Amino acid sequence: MKELKIQPIRNGTVIDHITAGQAVKVLHILGIPGSTSSSIVSVAMNVRSRIGRKDIVKVENRELDRHEVDKIALIAPKATINIIRNYEVVEKHRVELPDEIVGIVRCSNPTCISNSPQEPVKSKFLVISKDPPRIKCYYCEREPEDIAERII
Amino acid sequence: MDFRNRDVVSIKDFSKSEMDYILRYAKKMIPYARGERHADVMHGKILASLFFEPSTRTRLSFECAMNRLGGRVIGFADPGATSQRKGESLADTIRMADAYSDIIVIRHPQEGSARLAAEFAASPILNAGDGAGRHPTQCLLDMFTIVMEKKRIKGNRIVLLGDLKYGRTVHSLAYALSLFGAELVFVSPESLRMPKEVIEECREFGVDPVSTSNLERAIRDADVLYVTRIQKERFPDAAEYNRVVGTYRIDADLLRHAREDLIIMHPLPRVTEIDPEVDKTPHAVYFKQAFNGVPVRMALLSLIAGGRKI
Repeated sequence: MKELKIQPIRNGTVIDHITAGQAVKVLHILGIPGSTSSSIVSVAMNVRSRIGRKDIVKVENRELDRHEVDKIALIAPKATINIIRNYEVVEKHRVELPDEIVGIVRCSNPTCISNSPQEPVKSKFLVISKDPPRIKCYYCEREPEDIAERII
Repeated sequence: MDFRNRDVVSIKDFSKSEMDYILRYAKKMIPYARGERHADVMHGKILASLFFEPSTRTRLSFECAMNRLGGRVIGFADPGATSQRKGESLADTIRMADAYSDIIVIRHPQEGSARLAAEFAASPILNAGDGAGRHPTQCLLDMFTIVMEKKRIKGNRIVLLGDLKYGRTVHSLAYALSLFGAELVFVSPESLRMPKEVIEECREFGVDPVSTSNLERAIRDADVLYVTRIQKERFPDAAEYNRVVGTYRIDADLLRHAREDLIIMHPLPRVTEIDPEVDKTPHAVYFKQAFNGVPVRMALLSLIAGGRKI
């Protein structure tokens, strides 16, 4: 009998098809484990699948909102989000970068105006490629090399 | 073609045909820029000239352009005399300038500042340089100078020399010149090479730029030599600056290798890159180039905020 490495969850979110090796960054983006978070989180890395190795994250009792999903798409563009209620998948969709990313990534250019604390603006990036993700600062037009490290 | 109330933050805000139109319109402005004819298309209009960083040519030529068109100028050339010093945000300063004027020219040390200004102003914003970022009116006047001296941009062999890595205005210039079909040669020290994304952009327009460190060879068949200053303030590391400063110097000796009709351009200020003795030669067009800022900026002001056309 095939043994399940991670048990199914009753309620919450399963993030599947995460680029292998990126699960820890996904957790970081989601702020898990946070000081106020009591969700049980399971992580599987380098899981074999039909399309090669992947990571999986299961977060119990938490349904991801669109804002969080967008952030994940920056580092795991092929990830799928499954919302689970009472062991059933009630919603499933692939993450997709919007055309603009607002307030999620900090510009890598220290002298970009969007990094000035006194200015009443959020960081804003234009998506120039969805897969692989490439973004360009709306203000200074610089392209951050390591997006994951720039996530606010 | 409608330029009315448009912001000019990046040269990429214009299509090729729009740039072409501006250049042709700028040519018509020359007698007005020289004061030989009088215009009043900006009569009753106020330009806010907000210079948060030092400038000689850009500020004076914008102000000259507005005055030549019959408009008025308010503003500052030293942010130390403004509420910025008390910690006011750029956004708030822009809101004020917007309330007091019809068009705003801004130079600011931070990249992206002009784009931010455009978000907070209803009046059009003209970017007069945002840090190491963009300087679209410089790009237009550089193109205008080549057109005036060489009839057209297409087919000319243009050498861009100096700091091609940090000097981001040369990135916009390389983009615009390739859009117009120039042949490009990039000459710089090894450590200050043109970034690959700029080269890729040139290739999208069918131009395959040559990168080299050998100026003497590059100058032999060049039509235009565009010299830039290696700007200390743009270097993240003083040691890197000290290694490359003074690598290239344009003097009579070097120009023996050049064609008779080579023109030498420089956005100025120059420090040691061009020997003053070159000024007397027919190659030197950098002072004409500085003058060309006036008709080009007159054309833009007039197209964007003028009451009617000349």
